[in-house]
Amino acid sequence: MQLTIDGTDHDIEVEDEMPLLWVLRDVLGKTGVKYGCGIAQCGACTVHIDGQAVRSCQVAAGDVWGPVTTIHGLGTPEARHAVQEAWIETQVAQCGYCQSGQIMQAAALLSETPDPSDEDIDDAMSGNLCRCGTYPRIRAAIKAAAAKLKEA
Amino acid sequence: MSRVGKIARRSFLVGAVAAAGGVAFGVWRYKTPYRNPLLSGLNDGEAALTPYVLIRPDGITLITPRADKGQGAYQVQAMLLAEELDVTLDQIPVDPGPPDVAYWNRALADEAAAFLAPGGGVAEAVAGSVVSAGAKFLGLQITGGSTTTPDGFDKLRAAGASARETLKAAAAAQMGVAESELTTRDGAVILPDGTALPYTELAGAAAEVHTVTDVDLRPASEWRLIGKPTPRLDMVAKSTGTQDYGIDVNLPGLVHATVLLNPALGGALGSYDTAEAFKIRGVQSVVEITGGLGIVADNTWRAMEGAKAIVASWPDGPLPPAMEAHWQALSDSFTEDAQDSRKRDDGDVDAALGEADVIEAEYRAPYLAHAPLEPVNATVRVDEDTVEIWTGTQIPRNVLTNVSRITGVPEDNITLHNQMIGGSFGHRLEDMVVRHAAEIAMQMKGTPVKLTYSREEDMTHDFPRQIAMARMRGTVREGRVEAYDLGIAMPSVIVSQMGRQGLSVPGPDSQIVAGAFEQPFAVPHHRVTGYRAPPLAPVSSWRSVGASTNGFFYNAGLDELIHAAGADPMEERLRLCDDALARSVLEAVAEMSDWSGPNPAEGVGRGVAFTKSFGVPCAEVIEVETTQAGLKLTRAWVAAEVGTVVDPLNFENQVAGGVIFGLGHAINCELTFAEGRAEQTNFDAFQGLRLYQAPVIEVRGLENGDTVLGVGEPPVPPAAPALAAAIFAATGTRLREMPFSKFVEFA
Repeated sequence: MQLTIDGTDHDIEVEDEMPLLWVLRDVLGKTGVKYGCGIAQCGACTVHIDGQAVRSCQVAAGDVWGPVTTIHGLGTPEARHAVQEAWIETQVAQCGYCQSGQIMQAAALLSETPDPSDEDIDDAMSGNLCRCGTYPRIRAAIKAAAAKLKEA
Repeated sequence: MSRVGKIARRSFLVGAVAAAGGVAFGVWRYKTPYRNPLLSGLNDGEAALTPYVLIRPDGITLITPRADKGQGAYQVQAMLLAEELDVTLDQIPVDPGPPDVAYWNRALADEAAAFLAPGGGVAEAVAGSVVSAGAKFLGLQITGGSTTTPDGFDKLRAAGASARETLKAAAAAQMGVAESELTTRDGAVILPDGTALPYTELAGAAAEVHTVTDVDLRPASEWRLIGKPTPRLDMVAKSTGTQDYGIDVNLPGLVHATVLLNPALGGALGSYDTAEAFKIRGVQSVVEITGGLGIVADNTWRAMEGAKAIVASWPDGPLPPAMEAHWQALSDSFTEDAQDSRKRDDGDVDAALGEADVIEAEYRAPYLAHAPLEPVNATVRVDEDTVEIWTGTQIPRNVLTNVSRITGVPEDNITLHNQMIGGSFGHRLEDMVVRHAAEIAMQMKGTPVKLTYSREEDMTHDFPRQIAMARMRGTVREGRVEAYDLGIAMPSVIVSQMGRQGLSVPGPDSQIVAGAFEQPFAVPHHRVTGYRAPPLAPVSSWRSVGASTNGFFYNAGLDELIHAAGADPMEERLRLCDDALARSVLEAVAEMSDWSGPNPAEGVGRGVAFTKSFGVPCAEVIEVETTQAGLKLTRAWVAAEVGTVVDPLNFENQVAGGVIFGLGHAINCELTFAEGRAEQTNFDAFQGLRLYQAPVIEVRGLENGDTVLGVGEPPVPPAAPALAAAIFAATGTRLREMPFSKFVEFA
């Protein structure tokens, strides 16, 4: 099957039903995408398909309907996305394991809703579990990112 | 710089540096310093001045042996070393180093000794054993008990200072200038003319001078790093998906494995049929391991699909079949025979209880999974004479011992690469996943095997937080709490946990009453008794251990008495408080929350709770509001006294995170067993707090004490009782059992 991932076309030969998560992690080595629950309850595996935030553990490889962006395609340590920049400035991460998914979810929120209210943030982010409890800083970082994106 | 350039790098003298081994311990005046474990891997021109500072011509590495599972342990260890070494933090890599006795945890050994502290007849009777049991903790390189900061605060600063002074001595000898004329800055010794000699170029020379061990630590007024918010070293990696965890390990020829374990916790392997599993593409083998099967494939998902396809019948496990039997076992343990300790017995409780109406209540706290977001995993390769392990662990030395036993390879030939951990909360104090990985790898020598538990296997085969029950009796007189008698029953976590490492722990287990017996409240007639329930499910340390249940019990019981007395929960706690540091944290949250009683407004309830745990007095006020959707957590105010706040940024993160952790589990988490099997298998049934439920949290660190303490665990215990009290204030419903969502509706 043909998949476009982080701007690169890949010809991948796997079972149609293999979840995108495992294609990304075990076939392509995109390990910034995390496995946390496998049943869409934690959001650690969140990526964008056609700009929309999805749980990659629930999308079969054969069903991918558009270009995929992972945390690696959103930005890199050298060239960070505004949301990643805000995450670093706000010092959000503790263990950090959920943060790829949190950042992807936040980036999708901000592309649809550039100036989110607290309720918008609640609605968009509550499917992403953080066991360390970084929620207050996640909220602050989203607001900081919104301000950055407005300036840009 | 030209002079430096002319100096040839001298060869490295092992003898000189061997004498330097254990420099950090010289500060502690240990008679026999441990061998410096860094010495064995050194090449020419490299120096390991202490077990914590490795200097090579191409760079400096700070060794940070306490595991990082998100609490910022690497950061705080690096800060303490860098404070005295005069290096810039963001230029220096950190490395967890090898498992070694040199990295033993003194603060945790002190805590272990406290577990066994005399105070009851049993402890005195086994006083002889206490010494040997305590000794077994020595040499344990453990991360836990909020001890990374207290253990390292002097030790790591001294190691940094010792390395710095040794480098200055080397520079002085080399350049022919007096040491007193030299200063240090940004990883270099600065000569009187301003020339900078990088430490890296002095490594060889430093190995030849006597290590300076007699160092004075800088006073607080001169600290550059301690006390200032410090951006985390791992923040860029963790914000860009480039931080590798154990689960991301990849090696040439690596195969992926998962497990299918007897769903009955502790049960054995039964009969099984693998025919369907081998029809899954990529499944390579199925091997027997302790308690189940290991499934090996060319991809994690394929291994998990293979596990699902196996048809197995499992024998019953050792646990009581129904949850009611677990509770009954606790209930039956409130007897003289099962008494484990009575570490507090003030006044005359029995007499006081005979003189007034007695208020009674019973409280319950369930088993809980640790459920960090990174499922447990380990990569192991067994070769003919050596073993290599990649895993994130808080008990690296135990891992070596256990893997040695499984593989027959001596510990000296086993290399452990400790990995960044995606959350733990105590989970990585257990090492069953590494043992399983070693068992699989033994059956395919030469091939690196990465074992990843599915979320379901991780949650159902956790070694959970203890189940616990408490009974309170008390009296009030003239608006005051007069008598408070609290009994607590639980299985011994320490015995269960240490038992899995082959260690026996004699004497009373002070964790059964931790967070209750040592609270600074001078109730005139006050007694705290611990009762040891029989072993039920295997249990393990869960963020704040005994205090995670006892903080709830103690505060909930006290609140009922204060309410009966008609007193204010904040005022009465302050009146009863007989410790200045504890009083100051209560006063802090009263001021921060502008405390005006439990009902500041219509439909709003506030509760206060205080727990001293791991030496840290911590007070919390939680506010809830009744809404049409249910109870909403609106605000939280927290104050903790830790002596010195090493990094205010990480401090706030740890405290706020601890409050959220405590609240989430109190609201909606429990692990229950039916037919000996855990009934909650994933986050759909074990939710924790979500972003929309998290209150606004205000945190204050107090620095009045003279002991530096860690804060990973202390914010957890007061969260649940403060919430229960707030709910009582808002609704009149008294909650005596967690999780609270069984009894009230949350928004």
